[in-house]
Amino acid sequence: MTAALRFDPIRLPEKCEQLRKEVRAFLAEEIAAGTFDPHKPNREDTDAPEFSRRVGAKGWLGMTWPKKYGGQERSFLERYVVTEEMRVANAPTRRFFVADRQSGPVLIKYAPEHIKMDILPRICRGEICFAIGMSEPNSGSDLFAAKTRATRTNGGYLINGTKIWTSSAHIADYMIAIFRTSQPTKENRRHGLTQFLVKMKQPGIQVNPIGQITGQHEFNEVVFTDFFVPEDHVLGEVDGAWKQATSELAYERSGPERFLETYYVLTELVRAVGPNPDTRSAEGIGRLVAQLHTMRRMSVSVAGMLQAGKEPVVEASIVKDIGTVWEQQLPHRVRDLAAFVEETATNRETLERQLDFAIKTAPKLTIQGGTTEVLRGIIARGLGLR
Amino acid sequence: MAESDNIVVETAEKIFADLADPQTINNDKKNSWQAPLWQALSEAGLPLSWVPDDLGGSGASLADGFALLNAAGRFAVAVPLAETMLAGWLLAQAKISSPEGEMTVLPASPKDRITLDADGALSGRCRGVPFAKTAKHFAVLAHGKDGVSIALVDASKGRIESGLNVGYDHSDTVTLDKVQPVTIKTAPDGFDQTTLMLMGGVARSLQIAGALESLLDISVRYSNERVAFEKKISKFQAVQHNLARLAGESAAALAAATSAADAIANAKSFDDEVYLEAASAKIRCAEAAEKGGAIAHQVHGAIGFTSEHILHRFSLRALAWRDDFGSESHWAVELGKLVAKRGADELWPLVASR
Repeated sequence: MTAALRFDPIRLPEKCEQLRKEVRAFLAEEIAAGTFDPHKPNREDTDAPEFSRRVGAKGWLGMTWPKKYGGQERSFLERYVVTEEMRVANAPTRRFFVADRQSGPVLIKYAPEHIKMDILPRICRGEICFAIGMSEPNSGSDLFAAKTRATRTNGGYLINGTKIWTSSAHIADYMIAIFRTSQPTKENRRHGLTQFLVKMKQPGIQVNPIGQITGQHEFNEVVFTDFFVPEDHVLGEVDGAWKQATSELAYERSGPERFLETYYVLTELVRAVGPNPDTRSAEGIGRLVAQLHTMRRMSVSVAGMLQAGKEPVVEASIVKDIGTVWEQQLPHRVRDLAAFVEETATNRETLERQLDFAIKTAPKLTIQGGTTEVLRGIIARGLGLR
Repeated sequence: MAESDNIVVETAEKIFADLADPQTINNDKKNSWQAPLWQALSEAGLPLSWVPDDLGGSGASLADGFALLNAAGRFAVAVPLAETMLAGWLLAQAKISSPEGEMTVLPASPKDRITLDADGALSGRCRGVPFAKTAKHFAVLAHGKDGVSIALVDASKGRIESGLNVGYDHSDTVTLDKVQPVTIKTAPDGFDQTTLMLMGGVARSLQIAGALESLLDISVRYSNERVAFEKKISKFQAVQHNLARLAGESAAALAAATSAADAIANAKSFDDEVYLEAASAKIRCAEAAEKGGAIAHQVHGAIGFTSEHILHRFSLRALAWRDDFGSESHWAVELGKLVAKRGADELWPLVASR
């Protein structure tokens, strides 16, 4: 049996193309109304609560979820189309993106029914924002070194400790976090962590902003001091978060956001070189487009696997490894080619401004949501090497 | 469809396993395995997979034939299976029957050109023609005053300067000097040399992807056997990460090649979307051959550099196949021009077209 992983050539069904037209028309209206500038990739620094509600009103949040929770019971391939169109347009998605991609699915799987009925419809309406509380000052890729404690008290738990690099915590309404409920055992160092739903913006939680090298404010330090979480906010098995973490990774790691983060510089380069590029520019653009096309086909294929009910964790890790390395290098390759763009190109300043931002963004892409090293470890395990 | 896929591929894989075992044929310095292998493939109707029954072939679907080429790549078979399949496919475009025996196609590079003169004779020089030396017939795409024609040519009428590619397979220069074809017919509307190059490029992409699958298998297996510094080298993180990258390159090549094959198998015409698929496959598979092959050799160390070891059968052929039907540099320039001509705002709609 071959060790190679197959990415079957999924074709998007006809209804996806209709949906794509609707999303493009919607985004064009939003751009025309001045909601956002597609040439300014500052989505991370922009909170757009009204835009979020309008996306929700379109039925494009929680699209794959059951109707009783406000979802549309549509396919992963349809969700894929919405996600990639938003991403390519540089739409301000930060308010709803995490909730739609992974917090909602976690709640559907592990939250009690009354919490699902309360929270999920609000996600679908684009009203609430989620953060993910994983990393701590001494626990990053080594997730199971987390120390923030959840101690039993009357009717729930008291949380003490610090989460860090928490994106959107300063605007989030909820966080899904892992806390330590028991010590690890000799046999299993992953034992003892539990997943919790945390309601933000309450006493006992302090959110401290952390400046980033892009000049923007996206992530935060979140300090918990005797913060109370009720019993019914436990998600899944107490001490057993490690069993729940892995299957979600396929959702988190294979989407179009894993190779389109700096895509805008490629579009702008094509605009700058014009309809008759020299050989070097044509060759450079051709290669980048071929690489982009291949990754997208792999990513769409993983969406097809998810739709078929599979858990393609290794395949998703490959998409994120190749995709994030590519989107990290992209601004540098575009910069190589931009050196030959005519001084008279009308969008020269736009391209330079975008490159400046993309080059500063690039270092984080192979770190956030699972480092390259962690991903290659997962792939190696899939190959039977560890 | 899935079932018939399996039958064609299973038949081929059984023949390859019986008659083209990599270690056995690597030890055979006289190449005495080639004739029995070709005979078995021919008896199973595989070289003429893409030729309809009424033109002398076995009438398999495009999809089945592509899957067969991928399997041939996994065994890195050094017989003109892909070439004869492409030749039969080209002839069938003009409803020309395929003869028995090995064939190859002219031209095999976008730079070369065969011309058809007023007397119906063919002339031109084509470099890098795979297996021309052993071919009985050539399937030729020619340019005349009235457009594109497709012809069947007796190989003995051409002058052949013999050569080898980096994988030690025949890659020859063929010169036709006012050669009268056996049969010649007008190509269908819209069919041109680019169509042939895209089809040939996808065939090579599937073979490269197959070779990379084997490079990954062989390398994983070796890393689990070889002991250094008192442990299996598969336990070293640096080796694990290299093999993870090889798995990624192998997966990317296979994804690009099978996606392009699927696009062609279901296309009504060779439009911009098929062009994107086919050109991308050749570019990305060629890049994967370089990156992936380098890792496979690095994992093996010196033993992989020996002629006795089978590794080079896959690594060198994957590299050699990059050159046929347009290199990745050629397709990158052409794809870049297409993208530039369509304009910046039409790039995403093209990428998102499937």
